[in-house]
Amino acid sequence: MTKAVLDVRNLAISLSDGAVRVPAVEGVDFTINRGEVFGLVGESGCGKSLCALALAGLLKAPMAVSGGQILLEGRDLAPLPPREMRRLRGDKVSMIFQEPMTALNPLMTVGDQIGEMFVLHRGLTPRAARLKAIEALEQVQVSSPERRINAYPHQLSGGMRQRVMIAIALACDPALLIADEPTTALDVTIQAEIVELVLELCRAKGTAVMMISHDLGLVARVCNRVAVMYAGQIVEQRSAEEIFTAPAHPYTRGLINALPRLGRRLERGQERLTEIGGVVPAIRDFPQGCRFAPRCTRATAECRAAPVAMTDLNEGGRVRCLHHV
Amino acid sequence: MIPAATPLLSVQGLKVHYAVRQGWRGKHFAVRAVDGVDLTLRAGECLGLVGESGCGKSSIAQALLGLVPATAGVIRLDGHEITGAAQVSAMALARSAQMVFQDPMSSLNPRQTIREILSAPLRLHGMTDRAEREARVAEMLGLVGMSPEVASRYPHEFSGGQRQRLCIARALILRPKLVICDEPVSALDVSIRAQIINLLLDLKDKLGLALLLISHDLGVVEHMSDRIAVMYLGRIVEEGGWREIFTAPSHPYTRALISAIPDPLHRDRVPARLGGEIPSPMAPPEGCAFNPRCPQALPQCQSGQVPDFTRLGADHQARCHLLKTGTSHA
Repeated sequence: MTKAVLDVRNLAISLSDGAVRVPAVEGVDFTINRGEVFGLVGESGCGKSLCALALAGLLKAPMAVSGGQILLEGRDLAPLPPREMRRLRGDKVSMIFQEPMTALNPLMTVGDQIGEMFVLHRGLTPRAARLKAIEALEQVQVSSPERRINAYPHQLSGGMRQRVMIAIALACDPALLIADEPTTALDVTIQAEIVELVLELCRAKGTAVMMISHDLGLVARVCNRVAVMYAGQIVEQRSAEEIFTAPAHPYTRGLINALPRLGRRLERGQERLTEIGGVVPAIRDFPQGCRFAPRCTRATAECRAAPVAMTDLNEGGRVRCLHHV
Repeated sequence: MIPAATPLLSVQGLKVHYAVRQGWRGKHFAVRAVDGVDLTLRAGECLGLVGESGCGKSSIAQALLGLVPATAGVIRLDGHEITGAAQVSAMALARSAQMVFQDPMSSLNPRQTIREILSAPLRLHGMTDRAEREARVAEMLGLVGMSPEVASRYPHEFSGGQRQRLCIARALILRPKLVICDEPVSALDVSIRAQIINLLLDLKDKLGLALLLISHDLGVVEHMSDRIAVMYLGRIVEEGGWREIFTAPSHPYTRALISAIPDPLHRDRVPARLGGEIPSPMAPPEGCAFNPRCPQALPQCQSGQVPDFTRLGADHQARCHLLKTGTSHA
């Protein structure tokens, strides 16, 4: 059996508002194996980015981990003090953010920003780190890295900056790479290149990848397994093929049908898109029972009465629904 | 009344150049954001304008609304000329063309009620009767699927999807014939997008609106557009009916754009990698602007003139040397 790089058990994140604690994320369970690409999908406010920040130890007040375990190679990250966490971040866990312009330091050359990783985590001298930085830039397919190393972020294009981010994130061969909407800010033709680059590098190094996105098409194409989040909970977790060909949760089905997909008009004409009525509930207004029930066409009194637990589907899939398909 | 054969909007040889200076003492030169674009749009039609950032699609929108001056070319909208000496007033233009922006969060004044936001254009355009204004506001709110009671509330009380509905109501309140939608659903949640897309298409049919849909999301463009124009670095490289563009894309750039869309049902299909970066419109490449990234570039693509349009069908044309030599294959 493959050993899980990351094992998240019953993770809960809550928002403290004075004396009151409002749960923002609850009961999140998943594992990611070595070399696996795991997708976490959901709309804004569903808690996917909170999960990512929790894994990297970057949650800021008023948000905090309020329960559960985050086991990275068997070691629980949840109770680690910030000092310890800082040592791990960039070394064992790395993260790529959505907007490379705001994630990079505008006052440091990209060479120094990549080299910093080797100085901090590998104890190299700045001179040696610089050579490693050139190597790292070469790996992310930046042309003439010896020259580019002296560039500041504003001198590079969006795609180039995201390559620099990837070079920083993968500099120390982390066990886990968290990619939070890595291509959303990029142009369409550049997106495909960046995704392929991340996957190629991680495949070669056996890095486990957690890909966070709202883009179902992207997640479906690149991930092995996918979890769909809604209002702070995972509602469905399946292999990527199954989740798109046979979605079980009404929310997943709704999401897939609500998107205009390339080629659909040719097959079926300009039909009305299926709308999901209503809006995503705010953290404070999460419904008592199933959180999707107010927007769900299959909801019954039973759904609204009490929280719904995950049920097992065939082949390791799980769904949080009483009336799943 | 203009004859039916005359398109609602016709753009000929539009150029929008911006003067910039490199460094604080550097020399001046022109960024050719839009460099010779022809477009036509009929009433009740949706034209999708597709391209990546910096290709000039938003500059076209701004020129159409008179927000930036056109450097050259002629824009005729609803019988009026927007460019040149015979320029129509901004007020008249506002009655013909309106815009819906990408982010409904930042395009509604947070300190005004919905009533104030929606009735300001009416007041400015001479509707002095309060009851009449009130009736039009209620009518428009109904049209976008909201109840008239929301008029006394403020923008922050609404969700993103509802705010985009309000922006659409504001765009429609003067009963324009053309609505320019600049990435109308990109800032919205996936589950809300369908509502807004359906609404825009319903309004187009119900009111006979012409829509200019600017987007980089080809799924949305394919679903909504009747005709599509693909832009690259200031020029249209291919245009045609949506069916032609999606079943027989003929410019290598169109093909690359289409293949870059990840398809959840075809996991094994790996997108084509173009390589290279989008060149800056400050320093466009010589010859065909796409040649440095084109997988099929020929020697004649790298210098000389930009290739002319090759006609591929009744309503389908593309600018590519490969089409002339007959060597282009998907």
